Amino acid sequence: MYEHDVIVVGGGGAGLRAAIGAHEAGADVAIVTKLHPVRSHTGAAEGGINAALREGDDWELHAYDTVKGGDYITDAPAAETLAQDAPDNVVQLENWGMPFSREEDGRMSQRPFGGLSFPRTTYAGAETGHHLLHTLYEQVVKRGITVYDEWYVTRVAVSDEDDPNDRECYGCVAWDIQTGEIAGFRGREGTILATGGDGQVFDHTTNAVANTADGIAMAYRAGVPIEDMEFVQFHPTTLPSTGVLISEGTRGEGGILYNSEGERLMFEYGYATNDGELASRDVVSRGELTEINEGRGVDDEYVHLDMRHLGEERIMDRLENILHLAEDFEGVDGLENPMPVKPGHHYEMGGVETNEHGQTCIDGLYAVGEVACVSVHGSNRLGGNALPELLVFGARAGKHAAGEDLGEPEIPVGKTADAEGIEESDVDFPVEPGALAASSAAVSGDSPEEIVETAREAETERIERLLEKEEGVNHAEVRSKIQKSMTANVNVFREESAIEDALETIREAREEYQDVYVADTSRTFNTDLQHTIETRNVIDAAETIAMGALAREEFRGAHWRKEHQERRDDEWLKHTMISWNDGTPELWYRPALLEGENQTYEPKERHY
Amino acid sequence: MSTQTPDTDETDPQAERMARKEERAAERDEASSKPDVGDDAITLKVFRYDPEVADKQEPRFDTFHVPREPGITVLDALIYARDTYDSSLTFRHSCRQAVCGSDALFINGSQRLGCQTQVADLNDSDTVRVEPLPHREVVKDLVVDMDHFYDQMDAVEPYFSPTEEPDGEQLQSRENREKIKMSTRCIWCGACMSSCNVAAGDNQYLGPAAINKAYRFYFDEREDDERQEERLQIIEQEHGVWRCQTQFSCTTVCPKDIPLTEHIQELKREAVKSNLKFW
Ligand SMILES: Cc1cc2nc3c(=O)[nH]c(=O)nc-3n(C[C@H](O)[C@H](O)[C@H](O)COP(=O)(O)OP(=O)(O)OC[C@H]3O[C@@H](n4cnc5c(N)ncnc54)[C@H](O)[C@@H]3O)c2cc1C
Ligand code: SF4
Ligand code: FES
Repeated sequence: MYEHDVIVVGGGGAGLRAAIGAHEAGADVAIVTKLHPVRSHTGAAEGGINAALREGDDWELHAYDTVKGGDYITDAPAAETLAQDAPDNVVQLENWGMPFSREEDGRMSQRPFGGLSFPRTTYAGAETGHHLLHTLYEQVVKRGITVYDEWYVTRVAVSDEDDPNDRECYGCVAWDIQTGEIAGFRGREGTILATGGDGQVFDHTTNAVANTADGIAMAYRAGVPIEDMEFVQFHPTTLPSTGVLISEGTRGEGGILYNSEGERLMFEYGYATNDGELASRDVVSRGELTEINEGRGVDDEYVHLDMRHLGEERIMDRLENILHLAEDFEGVDGLENPMPVKPGHHYEMGGVETNEHGQTCIDGLYAVGEVACVSVHGSNRLGGNALPELLVFGARAGKHAAGEDLGEPEIPVGKTADAEGIEESDVDFPVEPGALAASSAAVSGDSPEEIVETAREAETERIERLLEKEEGVNHAEVRSKIQKSMTANVNVFREESAIEDALETIREAREEYQDVYVADTSRTFNTDLQHTIETRNVIDAAETIAMGALAREEFRGAHWRKEHQERRDDEWLKHTMISWNDGTPELWYRPALLEGENQTYEPKERHY
Repeated sequence: MSTQTPDTDETDPQAERMARKEERAAERDEASSKPDVGDDAITLKVFRYDPEVADKQEPRFDTFHVPREPGITVLDALIYARDTYDSSLTFRHSCRQAVCGSDALFINGSQRLGCQTQVADLNDSDTVRVEPLPHREVVKDLVVDMDHFYDQMDAVEPYFSPTEEPDGEQLQSRENREKIKMSTRCIWCGACMSSCNVAAGDNQYLGPAAINKAYRFYFDEREDDERQEERLQIIEQEHGVWRCQTQFSCTTVCPKDIPLTEHIQELKREAVKSNLKFW
């Protein structure tokens, strides 16, 4: 068994920042990650980091934009913490040497982004995430923080009390991809999940192959409620053939969207007559898809994003990476031609329920970054708000796990008896969701070490079973079935019968998964085994997305429902919560918190 | 790395099962060579090796036929082969967009990223030959051990560390940011190191990527002179910049177009200047 004060699962931006935070607070911290840290998908972020750094801007404006962008189910204490802590975190990155783009006077550059009332998106070319990730990793190396790279975490080690709120997390179980060793990791003070997003649930995504919702599924099965999963962001400008992202920065700098008639669609068809291309992402994605569905798409598939008028000099200075991406992944020269773009899966607003210290309802278990739902993005994330989120809440969770006092949290977690305003859901699902047979991630034991050890034994058994099974279904078939169904049925436009179809397909996939086997017999670098384990996580995440999408009978932010074309504040100012409940999932609601430090965020109609 | 191998001589049930699985895998390989994937299918020849699996202990090449889709990349072809024919085919990949640096491979005789290489752009687009990066220890199939590469990166103290902690936002001129811009693009793919003859002969040579990392900090005006001196000392050591024989192979293969050889040359000049100063 490996032992440290704090174990961080994941070496992307969130995990690295959490580890540095814990280290600064004096803890012995280790990162356990399935990819080497610099391979994490944070490196793909392009546009920038929102922070109210400059005169004329302040954190209250940033918080307001965030709550409005989230269509008023963002929790105010989360948005305010984000906005207050972001400036220091960005300056911190600068102090760690991050090569931000610069103004003539030598200060860090900021640019406009969708839904922002001030150009506060701080950037490093169109490759901000790459620089952020490498800068944080450099600081991890500098501090000598231990990194177990290419170790795959399969489960968290949590005790087995009936009520998840009484459970404790003592660490996790991981498997060394290179050697096949399965080991327990004891986190004496805390275990922080920072495993990133769930893009593999869809088949057209800006996410990496490694974004398989591992953390969501592990926390869910351990008893932590999963929040607001139906809020999936579809980014309006992805390359049609691969899903590679063309940054919102392209529109921020002045890029224009045209339909096949050469019309400036955002204005021409009234999708956003004030902000046009820079309306919030959900608005632009729906606009584009409506054009395509109504026959004004190019090749019936996409629209055009034109940046040629910005001129070569400006493009080279601020958007050079966009030229490379369009050239390498779509064969288009953005200086000569407009770039084809269409909406694609991009970001999961929902995730593991946490408070503003990154804590879940299970003592000792934290979640930060895209895997978590604090909730700072509500029903629609503003571009440039995920990177500050992972910095702010990563640092806080790291420090808190290391024992630093951050005060009483304002955001409640867990389905506790005394929690205010909790409601049960009465939604009917076409098929039973959840496990096929009763199952629980909890394990018993008398001491923390024993619990980690029994969890390790259980995982060893699961892995042996997969390896020994001689024939059956290949996980890739199951995964592809989920991806196709989710993309067809739970996409930008959603309707009841389609979501029900998806739930039925997910059920079938679960049944087929019972019969998966791993053809590769080797213990050395067995990616067949890794992907097979990941696919179960993809199934769990897909199911929670579809369940939430069916339950939420309104149109809010990224969640559009054909039968329910209105935002219904009287009934739906609340979060969708799903508890695994040892295999028979329970859906319930918790009210959104709109009470801020100095103001109440009154829901207003969202106009761009 | 584990060296245990399934012992097929004994009648241990697990070993038997493993042997049967391997047989079936071999049958699938066989099936995969039947071209039912269109007349102009791509012939993908992939290096295979696994220290633990009986018939893969001797390195060999497997052939897969992959349908020729417009724009298909070498990584797409590998994924197709794996998901269609043989799920034990092993290679690293993640971002699919040339930023995670996982899939530097030896493709038709040169170091490239699988995801950034379109089959149609290869000199021979009918037969694509994919091997692990040369001069690296092979772990399995296309996966090489990257530890040595990471060690060399660590050796140049790859982190910003001015003598005094900055207080608030530091200013940096646009010119200076531009000066280090290319050097900050490195994605740690290891292509350069694998292409370098000097590195192949001298295991301790820092190599182009690490020296480029040193360049990135050396020329960053936000670090002070004292740090600069220390950085020069690191790259001037026996296995540092002076080893480079300006063959440009690293510069040729770098997927991020970093002018590596130029950067190394520039640091050599800095070292000379600094030595003259102390004469
Ligand atoms: C193309 C693109 C562009 C974007 N641009 C922007 C932008 O401009 N601004 C902005 O604010 N946001 C942007 N975002 C969103 C933002 O980049 C992500 O939300 C954020 O980087 C996620 O960081 P993370 O650390 O949570 O996850 P990741 O960076 O994905 O890291 C996850 C880590 O967890 C590890 N891991 C996962 N599962 C396991 C497991 N089972 N065991 C062990 N380790 C595991 C992985 O190895 C990895 O190290 C963008 C996103 C994309 C996809
Ligand atoms: S310098 Fe270029 S080739 Fe070398 S590791 Fe970096 S990106 Fe790869
Ligand atoms: S898959 Fe990330 S660089 Fe190719």
